[in-house]
Amino acid sequence: MPDAAPQIFGLSTEVIGVWIATFLTLAIFSFLYRDNPVYKLAEHIFVGVSAGYGVVIVYHEAVIPLLINPLFRPELADLESPNYIVIIPGLLGLMMFSRFFPRYDWLSRWPIAFVMGLSSGLAIPATVQTNLLPQLYATLNPILPLGDIDPWTATSNFLLVVGVICTLAYFYFSREHAGALGVASRIGIFFLMVAFGASFGNTVMARVSLLIGRFQFLYYDWWQGQVMRLFGG
Amino acid sequence: MRIWDWLLELDRRWVFLGIALTVAIPIITVYTLPLGKPAPPTEMVYDYIENLEPGSVVLVSFDYGPSSMPELHPQAMAVVRHCLLNDLRVISIALNPQGTALGQEVMNTVAEDLGAEEGVQWVHLGYRPGFGQVILRMGESIPQLYTTTPDGRLTAELPVMEGVQNYDDIALVVDFAASAVPGTWLAFAHERYGQQLAIGITAVMATDFYPYLQSDQLVGLINGLKGAAEYEDLLGLEGEKAQGKLGMAAQSFAHLLIIVLVVLGNIAYFASGRHRRRRR
Repeated sequence: MPDAAPQIFGLSTEVIGVWIATFLTLAIFSFLYRDNPVYKLAEHIFVGVSAGYGVVIVYHEAVIPLLINPLFRPELADLESPNYIVIIPGLLGLMMFSRFFPRYDWLSRWPIAFVMGLSSGLAIPATVQTNLLPQLYATLNPILPLGDIDPWTATSNFLLVVGVICTLAYFYFSREHAGALGVASRIGIFFLMVAFGASFGNTVMARVSLLIGRFQFLYYDWWQGQVMRLFGG
Repeated sequence: MRIWDWLLELDRRWVFLGIALTVAIPIITVYTLPLGKPAPPTEMVYDYIENLEPGSVVLVSFDYGPSSMPELHPQAMAVVRHCLLNDLRVISIALNPQGTALGQEVMNTVAEDLGAEEGVQWVHLGYRPGFGQVILRMGESIPQLYTTTPDGRLTAELPVMEGVQNYDDIALVVDFAASAVPGTWLAFAHERYGQQLAIGITAVMATDFYPYLQSDQLVGLINGLKGAAEYEDLLGLEGEKAQGKLGMAAQSFAHLLIIVLVVLGNIAYFASGRHRRRRR
């Protein structure tokens, strides 16, 4: 929707945005040659803009609809009368700002304690329900090709069970890794290496994808969309 | 200086230049490579959405920022397009402040292309802080949590929200994330409320989430740019609507160069005798 974009000095803000983004992209890339002030400028702008943008979004999409509207404009929050209960989380939120005043910074411990308590209470049973038990059940698989279990599935299940047991053996530190435990832990290292290799391969893919994204922006949006158009291409 | 020593002492900026050229040339020449068969986890997401009844509700959560856009934006574009093409209702939210604008852009772009009516077929409800609490609260009441849209309309009055109270009314949640948020969706939406969940994640995160596929806690997983390209291929998308596919040739050539460099580096390390010096 380029026509709808507002204009500054007769230039579309979209066009200005593409040129600024191009400058910042090249400024960040310049670090690959060596550290320099242009890179640092881009880095500081990124940190500042991210923080500023976050504050604006939180104010407009959280503070206004969850605190200000229920208190002062209940009709906009689909309420018949003000909802005074939101004063409590509002006050707890304000108490976080006491960190700026050393004399009263102890007040910030209350909301921190509330958040920590709530998060721990929610996370501990959830972790058991999500990670421990279902993953444990998922390793209890048939490893013999009997009945409707085909040989390929049985082999796959066998590898899974061996991998889990041997990796756990590697992390068992209450006995010397000798004899059967030593063999199991060595096999465990092999499985760990395979996992690290898969992680590394995926990390390479992710980083290359980010580079592709920037190059696509530079070529399609900036070079073809702006530079070529500027020179009548 | 022997060639192996020269290779080991090569300035790494030549490697950067090599990667840059390997990525730039396929993009500039619009060179593409065949994708092959899509990975089963991507196909599982596609099949699940394909089998949903028209009018079913899909909740899409945009939990990523601009730094993960190249991987997750094409995924989100493809999945939202699939949902709207199949006459599903799409409700989108963001649990990352930077994700709300990106989500709005995805929804606007796809809906404009398909002529899908905002408020009737889809709505973007924006950002709410505290992702764990938001996910839990949606299990009780979505309209009470998202009373209004970001532009101030009451969500309960929108046709797209008709009959939508909580997870009981959501056929599928698709979370596009570059952080630990999918783990929270699993814990609070899937385990507590039995909500079906699919995720689109960056490739860095993929190995952490594959175990949840094996335990049937996820209906499918889209992995990075490759997953996006596979999903676009399943939808039969081409050209500028298939941003993921456009990047895959560059991705493949960059991987080939990295493999060659890793192999050469190892050969040079052993051939130059450095492993003996290090052992001493």
